Amino acid sequence: MRLVLAEDHALLRDGLIRILQAGGFEIIAAVDNAPELDQALADPAAEAAVLDVRLYPSFTDEGLRAAVTARERRPGFPVMVLSQYVEHLYARELLASGDGAIGYLLKDRVSDVAEFVDGVRRVIAGGTVIDPEVIASIMAKRPEEPVDRLTAREAEVLALMAEGRSNAAIAAALFVTEKAVAKHTNSIFTKLDLPVDIDDNRRVRAVLAWLRV
Amino acid sequence: MTEQTLVPERLSGPGGRGSPGAPEGPDRLKLTGYAFLQVLLAVPTLLFFLVSVIGGVLAVAWVGLAMLFVAIPASRWIANRHRAIASRILGTPVPAEYRRPAEGAHLVDRTLTWARDPMTWRDLAWALVSLTVGFTISLLTVLLLVVVVTGALWWYGVEPIMRCRARIDLALLSYGHAERLEQRVQVLTETRASTVDHSAAELRRIERDLHDGAQARLVAVGMSLGLAETLFESDPEQARVLIGDARATASAALRELRSVVRGIHPPVLADRGVGGAVEALALDLALPVTVTQELAGRPPAPVESAVYFAIAECLANVGKHAGAEHAWVELQHHDGRLVAVVGDDGHGGADPNGGTGMRGVMRRLAAFDGTMAVSSPDRGPTLITLEVPCALSSPRTTPS
Repeated sequence: MRLVLAEDHALLRDGLIRILQAGGFEIIAAVDNAPELDQALADPAAEAAVLDVRLYPSFTDEGLRAAVTARERRPGFPVMVLSQYVEHLYARELLASGDGAIGYLLKDRVSDVAEFVDGVRRVIAGGTVIDPEVIASIMAKRPEEPVDRLTAREAEVLALMAEGRSNAAIAAALFVTEKAVAKHTNSIFTKLDLPVDIDDNRRVRAVLAWLRV
Repeated sequence: MTEQTLVPERLSGPGGRGSPGAPEGPDRLKLTGYAFLQVLLAVPTLLFFLVSVIGGVLAVAWVGLAMLFVAIPASRWIANRHRAIASRILGTPVPAEYRRPAEGAHLVDRTLTWARDPMTWRDLAWALVSLTVGFTISLLTVLLLVVVVTGALWWYGVEPIMRCRARIDLALLSYGHAERLEQRVQVLTETRASTVDHSAAELRRIERDLHDGAQARLVAVGMSLGLAETLFESDPEQARVLIGDARATASAALRELRSVVRGIHPPVLADRGVGGAVEALALDLALPVTVTQELAGRPPAPVESAVYFAIAECLANVGKHAGAEHAWVELQHHDGRLVAVVGDDGHGGADPNGGTGMRGVMRRLAAFDGTMAVSSPDRGPTLITLEVPCALSSPRTTPS
């Protein structure tokens, strides 16, 4: 799997290259600024990207915008966005840029190497990986939305779904059977008014509905 | 903006500054001398008043401008003589608060600065009054002495009469209470805006420093340790190297944090005050710096911090640009002002408006009504004087 990597801090760039290479990815470009990132993303050989939010020249949200642009050009292009702080707002913008194949994590999560590499794989497989911090901030709010109809257990399942986990993984995390998880997910889909026919994307849509609250 | 409001030049009498309300003014003969001088000055006053008015009317043509360029400075000179006399008689300073045109301003800009300066119009009004009422008063004083029979009247009258004249001049030639308040509001509005800008920029800088420095390094520590963890069994040698990296990065992060803290508020500034902090700063510089301080107490913390960073910026500039072999810092407090002088024996030619650093210093000092003056002739020496009005608190007597 060929990746484009953008990270302006040399130390972190080296660390990420080592971790991703050890995880079996090939880094075809490792850049530290937005113009070079645009070039690298234009390369059709790139299959996915791992991007830092702040990059040269303005050190604001170049990485985020590059991710959204790349996904406009190539719908479904997997992007994992890393940042030193996470914002609900940014998560929403990333999720709105297409169904799935998106990740948004705090840089700290990289230190759990296996989990991080697994997250990148899940994003490339079309999953959604959102940082628990964002999820916690959404949990803390109490808006009057369809998600309010979810039971506590269903909300838990949805939170794990937002982290890009499969039913099996959720079952393991909650110490229940996969069948029970399937029951919860179906109930979530019903409560969030998600139709059955687009089953593949329903998980992502459920997460979206939840994050947009 | 082409005009700059600067610190007014002080024209004060002998007993002016420092001892207002000095009991004894000039003696009777001296007062009469002033009156005589004022009578004489009435002639050029009239002349330049007329030239100013005609020049003002004709200002659209070059000839009018030329007339103004003669008449305005001359009128100001005359007005300044009257200010000096009024100041001596009343024993209070009568400052000449003219706006100065910006350095190298165009002819038209200079004229506009004059036209916009309320003091120019006050001068004109004063000319009218001084040519009529003022002239009469001064002439009367002189005549009372010259005509010997009125000697008694002169003896008792000269002082009140001349004080009356001086009060009229003072009222016209210096700003009234409301105008001063207006000017003060203007200055406060400007300095407040720039203080807010300055603090916002500082916060942004601190956020950037933390984000790019300590925070990024701590993430790197996490990455190295994470990788080491995965390699522990398969490649212990590599894992050991990674843990070594992590340790080095962790100390670098700590160093970064310390430098950020120093940039916000140096611990030594909190402990020892501005004098001690400047001494500590001097020790860290490659250039030899002599610090002399005569502070009986400590200025308020915000002033202390502003002055410290101002001195730090000045010394950093000396190190970068001055080509100096030696620099010195003097800290004093007198007449309710903290005065810091930063000097160096470099090649001079420093431009206070040259860098963002110095402008930042000026803005930060301005928030406390402080000023910065730069004297930097070619071939040096450069002297930068920072002044901030403030009181000193008595030295802390903490039990140690």
